[in-house]
Amino acid sequence: MRDVAIIGVKNTKFGELWGRSLRDIVVEAGTGAIEDAGVGGKEIDSLYVGNMSGGRFIDQEHIGALIADYSGLSKNLHVPATRVEAACASGGLALRQAIMAVASGYNDIVVAAGAEKMTDVGSEEASSALAAAADREWEGMAGATFPGIYAMIARLHMHMYGTTGEQLAEVAVKNHKNGSFNPIAQYKNRITVDDVLNSIMVADPLHIFDCSPITDGASALVLAPADIAHKYTDTPIYIRATAQASDTIALHDRRDITTLDATVMAGKRAYSMAKLAPKDIDLVEVHDCFTIAEICAIEDLGFAEKGKGGIVTANGETAIGGRIPVNTSGGLKACGHPVGATGIKQAVEIVTQLRGEAGQRQVEGAEYGMTHNVGGSGATAVVHIFSRER
Amino acid sequence: MSSVPRFWRSLGSRYNLEGTHCKECGEYFYPPRNFCVNCRRVGHIESYKFKGTGEIISYTLIHTSAEGFEDQAPYTLAIIQLDEGPRLTSQVIGDPEKIHIGMRVRSVFRRLGEDGEHGMIYYGTKFVPADE
Repeated sequence: MRDVAIIGVKNTKFGELWGRSLRDIVVEAGTGAIEDAGVGGKEIDSLYVGNMSGGRFIDQEHIGALIADYSGLSKNLHVPATRVEAACASGGLALRQAIMAVASGYNDIVVAAGAEKMTDVGSEEASSALAAAADREWEGMAGATFPGIYAMIARLHMHMYGTTGEQLAEVAVKNHKNGSFNPIAQYKNRITVDDVLNSIMVADPLHIFDCSPITDGASALVLAPADIAHKYTDTPIYIRATAQASDTIALHDRRDITTLDATVMAGKRAYSMAKLAPKDIDLVEVHDCFTIAEICAIEDLGFAEKGKGGIVTANGETAIGGRIPVNTSGGLKACGHPVGATGIKQAVEIVTQLRGEAGQRQVEGAEYGMTHNVGGSGATAVVHIFSRER
Repeated sequence: MSSVPRFWRSLGSRYNLEGTHCKECGEYFYPPRNFCVNCRRVGHIESYKFKGTGEIISYTLIHTSAEGFEDQAPYTLAIIQLDEGPRLTSQVIGDPEKIHIGMRVRSVFRRLGEDGEHGMIYYGTKFVPADE
């Protein structure tokens, strides 16, 4: 296998982009990443795009071909384009497919993109589309919503470990603060613990400010074999590990409701592949679709003891300047969660940090970064580790 | 949200809490599985009607309902462990203030939801406190 590097990145603005279509935002992200990498269209060997539910959100399937077409890669160049779907982990899996294409030697220059256009439908329809990431027949038909499923994780975590609503709220407070330093973030406003606790209850114990929003956005990056990366950029960022794991589709079938075994396994596989341990990682972007999800993630990836995720967060250990900064981008909570784009956006954030280009939210001296992207309530998890030096 | 054939296929399971049991390893499955996750191809699956008693593992009070459940909100959704072992997701009827982790419950036959104002009304299993 060949070593792989990231040579170009780009995020669009994340938010409610009513004036822009899916193809508009993907073209902006894709051409931005290609320009950042300094590659030409003729050099691109393939394109992978993460997209969860074009069929439900914009009544459009065949997203790979659509994106290749409007990126100018189809009519004259006929570049192969593949859509990858694993619910909210679609972006992370698109990145993983792209890495494997380069590592295997099948392709040299590959674009990995992610995109979701969620605001063309109303919030009820969007929620129903998102609920399709769970088990429709045996969770959805009983009346389960996504916040409801994560609320049951939160309730049991509180019961077993004494985690509090205030500790959950601290995740949202931190991520909004981080988002306030990120130009592309959907929410740049600071919030307080009281703001979270006084916001409307969606599924007890989760308030609306415990939940990530509905977002439009696209992200893209360009991969190349590490051996030729310096031809394109002075600051290639290297892939040290790509790992993925599965678990039961329904939450009720898991070994432990408060642990995402898919995250644990993907994390173990990634650490093993990179020959690194949690203490070596300088910053991590985790899948905080709900505040409880960030607490479980930092425990399951080895950054906090099981049950101590809430305490670690409230102590400031996961803030910028803390022991292990988590979600410097603002996370899904404040940066926004265009589901198919999220896994790519997380990688773009880590690349920006390892290049030293993150401005006010820069983690000083960062050498190793990690991303963690989850599909559904934990049926798919994908973890990547990146480094500044090869 | 649903469809008639999709619901009709699982009527037996939904109405009667009918699941499956692997004679090879002894594990019970609800929702039913026709392929044992432990024994895989050497498993021997038979149908099994659950007693319908169990306890609450975790729960939530849903305020913002799923599509088709608007008239029921707020409603309690729970993960219930049946006495035979398997866990399932179901609504629990009763005073939300009294529901707690570890609470004993039993199954009852109730209306689950409907497909829009003029759509199909579908029925199935919900749970109530065991002492009711």
